[in-house]
Amino acid sequence: MQSGIPLRDHFRETRMFNIRVIVTLAISLLLILLIIVRLVYLQIIDHELYTTLSEENRFFISAIPPTRGLIYDRNDVLLAQNLPTFNLELIPERIENIDNTIAALGEIIEITVADIKRFKEQMGQYNRFKSIPLRTRLSDEEVARIAVNRYRFPGVDIAARLIRHYPHGELTSHTIGYVGRINDKETQRINKSNYEGTNYIGKTGIEKYYEDILHGHVGVQQVETNAQGRSLRTFEQVPAESGINLHLSLDIEMQKIAQEAMGEESGSIVAIDPNTGNVLVFVSTPAFDPNLFVAGIDHATYKAYRDHPQNPLFNRTLRGQYPPGSTIKPFWGLAGLEFGVATNEIKTFCRGWFSLPGHKHRYRDWKKTGHGKMDLHDAIVQSCDVYFYDLALTLGIDRMAKFMAPFGFNSPTGIDITGELGGLMPTPRWKQKQRKQPWYLGETLIAGIGQGYVLTTPLQLASATATLSKSGQRMLPRVVTKLENTNTAEITELAPIFQTPVTLSDPEYWLKMIDAMKDVTHHWRGTAYRIGKKSKYKIAGKTGTAQVFSVKQNEEYDEDKIAKTLRDHALFIAFAPVEEPQIAISIIVEHGGHGGSTAAPIAKKIMDYYLLPKLEKEEATAVKQSAS
Amino acid sequence: MSLLDINVNEFGERRQSLAESLHIDLPLLVGLLALAMISLFILYSASGQDMTVIWRQTIRLVIAFTIMLVLAQIKSNTLKRWTPWLYAIGVILLIAVLVVGQVGKGAQRWLDLGLFQFQPSEVMKLAVPLMVAWYLSEYPLPPDRKRLLMTIMVIAIPFILIVKQPDLGTSLLVAGAGFFALFFAGLQWRLLGLMTAIFAASAPLAWYLMHDYQRQRVLTFLNPEQDPLGTGYHIIQSKIAIGSGGLYGKGWQNGTQSQLNFLPERSTDFIFAAYAEEFGFIGILVLLAIYLFILIRGLLIAMQAQDTFTRLLAGSLTMTFFIYVFVNMGMVTGLLPVVGLPLPLMSYGGTSVVTLMSGFGILMSIHTHRKLLPR
Repeated sequence: MQSGIPLRDHFRETRMFNIRVIVTLAISLLLILLIIVRLVYLQIIDHELYTTLSEENRFFISAIPPTRGLIYDRNDVLLAQNLPTFNLELIPERIENIDNTIAALGEIIEITVADIKRFKEQMGQYNRFKSIPLRTRLSDEEVARIAVNRYRFPGVDIAARLIRHYPHGELTSHTIGYVGRINDKETQRINKSNYEGTNYIGKTGIEKYYEDILHGHVGVQQVETNAQGRSLRTFEQVPAESGINLHLSLDIEMQKIAQEAMGEESGSIVAIDPNTGNVLVFVSTPAFDPNLFVAGIDHATYKAYRDHPQNPLFNRTLRGQYPPGSTIKPFWGLAGLEFGVATNEIKTFCRGWFSLPGHKHRYRDWKKTGHGKMDLHDAIVQSCDVYFYDLALTLGIDRMAKFMAPFGFNSPTGIDITGELGGLMPTPRWKQKQRKQPWYLGETLIAGIGQGYVLTTPLQLASATATLSKSGQRMLPRVVTKLENTNTAEITELAPIFQTPVTLSDPEYWLKMIDAMKDVTHHWRGTAYRIGKKSKYKIAGKTGTAQVFSVKQNEEYDEDKIAKTLRDHALFIAFAPVEEPQIAISIIVEHGGHGGSTAAPIAKKIMDYYLLPKLEKEEATAVKQSAS
Repeated sequence: MSLLDINVNEFGERRQSLAESLHIDLPLLVGLLALAMISLFILYSASGQDMTVIWRQTIRLVIAFTIMLVLAQIKSNTLKRWTPWLYAIGVILLIAVLVVGQVGKGAQRWLDLGLFQFQPSEVMKLAVPLMVAWYLSEYPLPPDRKRLLMTIMVIAIPFILIVKQPDLGTSLLVAGAGFFALFFAGLQWRLLGLMTAIFAASAPLAWYLMHDYQRQRVLTFLNPEQDPLGTGYHIIQSKIAIGSGGLYGKGWQNGTQSQLNFLPERSTDFIFAAYAEEFGFIGILVLLAIYLFILIRGLLIAMQAQDTFTRLLAGSLTMTFFIYVFVNMGMVTGLLPVVGLPLPLMSYGGTSVVTLMSGFGILMSIHTHRKLLPR
């Protein structure tokens, strides 16, 4: 340590060292102070900002989509349910490069161009923080493949969702309708916040009509996520409220019998309980599989449906406007009675044709040889056209239209299925306005046999038949009879809705007409005698044949010679039992030929199914009572 | 002299306590143990209640404290004799690393010695201040121009070798340790100013010589929001963790930023943020108080040291420790760029804890091997 030159000044060195230590300490204290100031700034002044940021990191709000209400038939058979399914969903905000991610996912499972297109569309319309499905209905294998690779894809997740399913498929397609993905138009209409997390909405039928109550109310949850975007915990804030379960008046077994009875034919069957307006059967054939539309139908299948000659997508019962043919005659007959121009005493001679005074044109009767002397009763039973040409001429088109309005022939019935169309009871005013043409007397004549401009839907016909069966008491046709709120376990029975009844000056008129209709099926001359002959209960009915194509004056209508698509429609309306009506039916078989031979037997099958067990039960109790 | 060092009986006789006979400086030991305890607590939380992490850190701390105690037994004169050899071996090892070293995380820092891997740059954190103190203590202070140049050479050789690995953080620390010894030896203020100026002027040159990742770090430091998901992510999440901790913190094991993985490196370099989130500003003040206590104690030991070598050495080692603390806290709070320095005794893992504790061992040795003067 000791080196000769130069000498150390220990005192000076120590003093210098101590000063430097103190300077260093002072600087260090300043630096610590700097850290403290920084911390005050971060932890106290900007604390709230950083708390918010930390919460944003941690939580995101997500919607709990409500469970859609179920639909049951009258015997509590499930008609529309929600099946669990796995979706592949992406949260765009957590994905760095969406296209790359989708491409990489496409190597693991199949992702179609349509899937990507739909995903992009949805991503555009929602914000980036929401989980958007890329693929729906993943198979078990696909789920497994994604699960194994999930670590590679932050922001990609498999979501268990519910998908609508209709176990009875074609049987309910025209009644219940179906749900489908929400489209742009619907997005405008719906309350977006209530549809957060929901991808489906009722598109047709009951699903659409009752959309508001079927959908339910969306819930809200806070999801805690880690830095990789995986959900860790959820804090439910507002629970979702399931949609209301609907109980229908429909009997799916009867629906099946009706649909099968139609076979390959296109047409429509409606059965209504006249006492309540409850729709028992609602068939339009051919039908389609509604389940195909739920997940999004592929183009080829859709094209096949669309281009099918029988047009299965068309709801004939609700929207089909057909000339009612002779099935309208009982109503004209009632008009004749009401206006005093038709009684059983006033007879018309039928020689097989009718012409207007001063005109050569012959309006033909379906029976070339003529029916002879006809009163109202016989004219109904034998469906004499000449009688009704004459009656129509006497009544005049304005009185006819006025009489029909209270039956609801000119407007939709108001059934609780979306998409209904009304029919048409023409008047000269209507023709002038719509067609800019004057009314011709000949048009009044053919209106008398339910041809020409007269158009009705099968539903209108069934409803009017029910009204007739109850002597004017009109019930609103409806399919939903009971609402079941699963959130409160509350069941609401919907009372039948009475509409303004049809009143005639003498109630006897109803009975006269019902009696005539009874003979249509029970008198040997009746056009539907084949179904009434052996029936255990009394049926009142009326057959009808509606022309699709007009036969020229000098031509004969030969069923075998003309194309099937030009053949007449077969119609039949009926109710039973006559004394105490419980079911009213209207049937149309397109290009089915004659109502009596084609349509009436179908009606009988349905009535048998519905009435026979009831009658047996009544008999059994009657036997019991008499025994005791 | 503190009463903690010396017990005096009623006859005025000095009696050796247990601490004294083991050459332990009790205040320093208490401070360091307090840090170790806090470290285990916050590690338990930040690691996600991983007991393996806790055991490993405990073992590491036990080894480090043992090394500290061993070094405390070695007299400073013995240490002084070893110094040139230690420095020479260190430089040779650094050259060896560049030639045959293991590449890890894109840098050549490790030397595989068969049984274990070894980072020679860590040795230099002790060897450089030792060498500078040794060299300068041979002559009267302040050093003349020739000695100054020699000292700068002593610092520059390992500095350049470590920069080449590349490991800018450690090289700056090594240089810093040497610089503090030089500063305490009485480097003229004038020259200090000049060196600062040169340092500032060389910044553009440094930028030119930097690796891409180093440049990126500087850019990120200047504007972390520029790339929130990439390089800026660390610092943004760290600030959120600290800021959301507030005055009292979110509570132990309740820090959402660290528990839910938002905070990266939460048990190593960014453990300060995890601590700040869970224990808040109050907790941070306690931690800062402990660090400050250790700093003051270290500087006190330097002031009470009896010769130039131990004095310079003690001052330099204490300040190296403080640099660690300040740079880490500065980087985690966004005051300094992210350079990857651990928080002494708090961060999980690292060879640095062994080096640091060796430094404290030397400090204790300096303080407890003094020739006691009669009262």
